[in-house]
Amino acid sequence: MKNTVKKINKFIDKHKLTGYIFASPWIIGFSIFFIIPILNLIYYSFTDFNLIADPSWVGLENYHHLLVDPKILKALKVTVSYVIFSVIPRLAFALFIAIKLNQKRKGIGIYRTIYYIPSILGGSVAVAVLWRMLFTRDGVINSLLGLIGIHSGISYIGNPKTALSTIILLAIWQFGSSMLIFLAGLKNISPTYYEAAAIDGAGRFSIFKNITLPLLSPVILFNIIMQIINGFMVFTQGYIITKGGPLNSTLFWVLYMYRRGFESYDMGYASAMALIMLLIVALISLFVFKTSSKWVFYEVKEN
Amino acid sequence: MKDFKKIFGSIVYHSGNILLAIIMLYPIIWLLSSSFKANGEVFINAHQLIPDTFHFENYRNGWAGFGNTTFATFFKNSIVITAISTLGYIFSCSVVAFALVRTEFKFKKFWFATVMLSMMLPKQVLLVPQYILFHKFNWINTFSPLVVPPFFAGPSSAFFIFLIMQFIRGIPKELDEAATIDGCGTFKLFIYIIAPLIKPALVTVGIFAVYWQWQDFVGPLLYLNKPELYPVSLALKLFSDPSTVTNWSNMFAMSALSLVPVILIFFVFQKYIVEGISSQGLKG
Repeated sequence: MKNTVKKINKFIDKHKLTGYIFASPWIIGFSIFFIIPILNLIYYSFTDFNLIADPSWVGLENYHHLLVDPKILKALKVTVSYVIFSVIPRLAFALFIAIKLNQKRKGIGIYRTIYYIPSILGGSVAVAVLWRMLFTRDGVINSLLGLIGIHSGISYIGNPKTALSTIILLAIWQFGSSMLIFLAGLKNISPTYYEAAAIDGAGRFSIFKNITLPLLSPVILFNIIMQIINGFMVFTQGYIITKGGPLNSTLFWVLYMYRRGFESYDMGYASAMALIMLLIVALISLFVFKTSSKWVFYEVKEN
Repeated sequence: MKDFKKIFGSIVYHSGNILLAIIMLYPIIWLLSSSFKANGEVFINAHQLIPDTFHFENYRNGWAGFGNTTFATFFKNSIVITAISTLGYIFSCSVVAFALVRTEFKFKKFWFATVMLSMMLPKQVLLVPQYILFHKFNWINTFSPLVVPPFFAGPSSAFFIFLIMQFIRGIPKELDEAATIDGCGTFKLFIYIIAPLIKPALVTVGIFAVYWQWQDFVGPLLYLNKPELYPVSLALKLFSDPSTVTNWSNMFAMSALSLVPVILIFFVFQKYIVEGISSQGLKG
């Protein structure tokens, strides 16, 4: 028994397998749960597949349907507007608050904690349900407006003009995690820059534009890319708060994909949708990376 | 004059912050207060934060659940799923991170690249093919699709691996060398030297794994179709099923209850959470 253990140990040493053994959960898991599904996804997107019968090859048919499906265009519009109007205001607001909190004053720790709580809870079903209740006809918002004499009978959830905005508001309400990242970034900026600027008599805006923004730009870039990717994944909010409606005004890409795949059992079409989304997200990320060389500033650290 | 300006600035600063704090907390406090209101009262003067009378029975009635399934079952399911998958993440991500930082093997750079790449992958892209795969495994209506991948490469693994890698990089390499000279093999090195030192990183991983798993909605929605298997997140949806008349106050009671573990962890481990987000950009 002891001999076999020794032999195995020798074999492992000889072939430098230790690293592989430690990395094996990832190697196995990535192959089974990522690589195989992605390859299958590409295959399914060229088939007609309802999960019961075997997939049958239909060539480009799913993609042809995608091109003429009016809901696809709608879903793309809705998702892209959601991404733009949630990511940019959230980051801008998070940066603004982070700068305001990056001072020596009393109570800052408490504010930071409070602003952060919605980020922790925001993804939950409970908050999605709650959000629905805030913006319905008899909801809190209308009730509050009534207090100051504005009596609106609109359900913001049920109005195609405002439904998407309520979900965007939910995203902006969760600015706290970006704020924390910016705060950490601000703390890393050496105070000597600000001292030098103060001596030169630079104004507040000039300091922000010429010191804070450039030194924070790598963090901003990271945030923009991760949030764009996250934004495209929006599903639960649309599913629970507005159910994709009214008039498909909150029909997010993933929500529509879910309906085609898991409610109509049209796995081929849903696969094609998933691939197109991957392509779009990859292209946008690449585009942001490419333009970043123009506005992201990397500090050269001397060693 | 200068003093006056300073005081005035301070007043503006704090009133702005207090106003924002109220806006941020209002919805959550409203949820809590609605959970004590009578069902008919929720939408009369909806903004009101203090209920006319406190209806604690909302919690008892909500807890009774749907049909024969009570919220005891839903909470038990949530706890089982969350606990197992969190253990899976902690185990698999720490060994993989160790392999990527402190061992040498062929194609190490390739596998590291796959970790980074999967961080950028919008996970929903894989919903369909993963569902079909798990369907073939006969895993539908079991917890397996939710708890097995974390032991290998789950949806959040890449973030956690990267977080632990950063932490291991901060441990001086001399420690490894000294241990190796003393006859410590790689396995022992991991168990006796590295693992105890990366505990803070593992706590951070554990907290975020719990958060994400507890609140996960899409996974259970796809893979669990029997109410007795539902976790809390999915069970809350049952309140607004078209087939039943929604009892709002019961729903709010159970919604509030579902947030209790999350808020509890937040206050106990706040330091770790702030650190995890600030240094790693983990999303809350």
